[in-house]
Amino acid sequence: MHALEKILARAADVATTHAGEILNCRIDIAGINDLYLQTKRSFLEMGGTRIHAPQNVVMFLDHYAPASTVSQAGVQKEFRQFCAQQGVGHLMDVNRGVCHQALLDAGLSKPASLIVITDSHTTMHGAVGAFGTGVGATDLATILLTGKLWLRVPEVVRFTLHGTLPAGVFAKDVILRILGELKADYAVYRAVEFTGPAVSAMSQSERLCLCNMTTELGAKTAYIQPDAVTAAYLAARGAAPSPAPLTTDPGYTYADERAYDVSACEPQVAAPSSVDNVAPLAAHAGKPVDQAYIGACTGGRLEDLAEAAHILRGRHIHPRTRLVVSPASRETLLAAIQAGYITTLVEAGATLVTPGCAACLGIHEGLLAEGERCISATNRNFPGRMGHRNAEIFLASPASVAASALAGEIADPRPYY
Amino acid sequence: MTLLRGRAFVYGANIDTDQIYPAPLLTITDADKVGEHAMEGVDPAFIKECRPGDMIVAGTNFGCGSSREHAAVTLRAAGVSAVIAASFGRIFFRNAINLGLPVLICRELHTHVSRGDWLTLDPATGQIVDETTRQHFQAEPLSGYVLDILRHGGIKPMMRELMRTKGPRS
Repeated sequence: MHALEKILARAADVATTHAGEILNCRIDIAGINDLYLQTKRSFLEMGGTRIHAPQNVVMFLDHYAPASTVSQAGVQKEFRQFCAQQGVGHLMDVNRGVCHQALLDAGLSKPASLIVITDSHTTMHGAVGAFGTGVGATDLATILLTGKLWLRVPEVVRFTLHGTLPAGVFAKDVILRILGELKADYAVYRAVEFTGPAVSAMSQSERLCLCNMTTELGAKTAYIQPDAVTAAYLAARGAAPSPAPLTTDPGYTYADERAYDVSACEPQVAAPSSVDNVAPLAAHAGKPVDQAYIGACTGGRLEDLAEAAHILRGRHIHPRTRLVVSPASRETLLAAIQAGYITTLVEAGATLVTPGCAACLGIHEGLLAEGERCISATNRNFPGRMGHRNAEIFLASPASVAASALAGEIADPRPYY
Repeated sequence: MTLLRGRAFVYGANIDTDQIYPAPLLTITDADKVGEHAMEGVDPAFIKECRPGDMIVAGTNFGCGSSREHAAVTLRAAGVSAVIAASFGRIFFRNAINLGLPVLICRELHTHVSRGDWLTLDPATGQIVDETTRQHFQAEPLSGYVLDILRHGGIKPMMRELMRTKGPRS
């Protein structure tokens, strides 16, 4: 069995399982975010009175953090009351940041656990050896009722990354390149595993970026076998050392296997308006940029802010460009303040906004006007994703975004390395 | 399950949930109001032309993107009786089934059907007839578990029945 299959088998109390089987699984962490008041509504509509295992439930007020309309404030108020009434184990209020990073920072995202959140980027938790997957509001409500959810055991595909990333090229560039080649529906219903020397050499932050973006390949979940880097990352966040990571049995058959040499990778961008419309950044270099955005569960971690600060230290962004920075979480923000990155970025002309989902999905804090162009360290560039549907979004690494903010146009970060 | 009949609205690949239902309107939870914005980002004429029973036919990866159940709610509220696509974003697929909206995979349908064609669909078998062109198609049959949810009219009636008969811990 694959490690992911072992997680599901254990959660369903069966000895073995295989791809294609439908299992009714006990959920270790059930997360709700503030977009989906329907979760509470569905829970009540299905006859729910008490949450089955409230200690396993995490409520995130991250997408509307803090509320920018009265209706958003109303949603958050209703969720806070629901949490208090039901004794929900963890309420991550508007000061905590994007759900996925907040869960990691609280030590709640752990190897071998089954994590289900009402957010598509839950695949990210595969980077610590968990089975993380996103669902809709009513699916989550069934977990609140029963503690369980039916899941189809996915086939697993494996990408082996060889070589050494050149300076100024990052995990985001690698995953964009893969997206450009394999396209946005390559991994629908399947799981994506990353392995190989280039993955072992990556920081935990970079691995989280890889797994986060597998959602854009259509993946159900992602996986990287935990190692010493993972253990150190989790220990620093107080995650309990158990359960121990699971491992894949020798001889497990992958549905597809691909190998990439990252040594030849150069900075990439996904051009409007599809995540798989990928080209080397050079193909779009020189296009004027109105907004540059660094943030979200994809590109707002401490290491991402460090790269931006490295490029912007002692410099100032171009007058025609605004740079919006939204750290992924409260802990990210605190660490970035201590390291001096926030001072560097703000002195360089950045606009700092609340840790949270913000403009990544066009809710608030940095929306785009008609005809504007944005280069963004986030995960999606669909029409209207960050504001007006006739605004252009280019997805890139945080370093490419910072270099572009400086130049006022899409620019290669490698000259700064 | 009964035979479904309606006109086709045909779209291409990668119709994402932001286009099916816009994020700034996610605070709305009243289904009828959610239905007023169906497909707004991809086809503003859709909501004016869609009649109860009509079907969406699309290319690969329909409903990719976010986990928002609103994307399935809005289509159902607009009167859509089924979505037939070459493949689906997996969360959209689950959300639609949970709401009792049949979603079926048929690889070639979107390349053979035109907007306005009258379609009939048997969700239990996956048989599709384009009455306008008199062509027959076969969608991939749905799994037993999924059909069971659809026969109940969605996961909510199914869970209500479960709660009544077995209690919440089953």
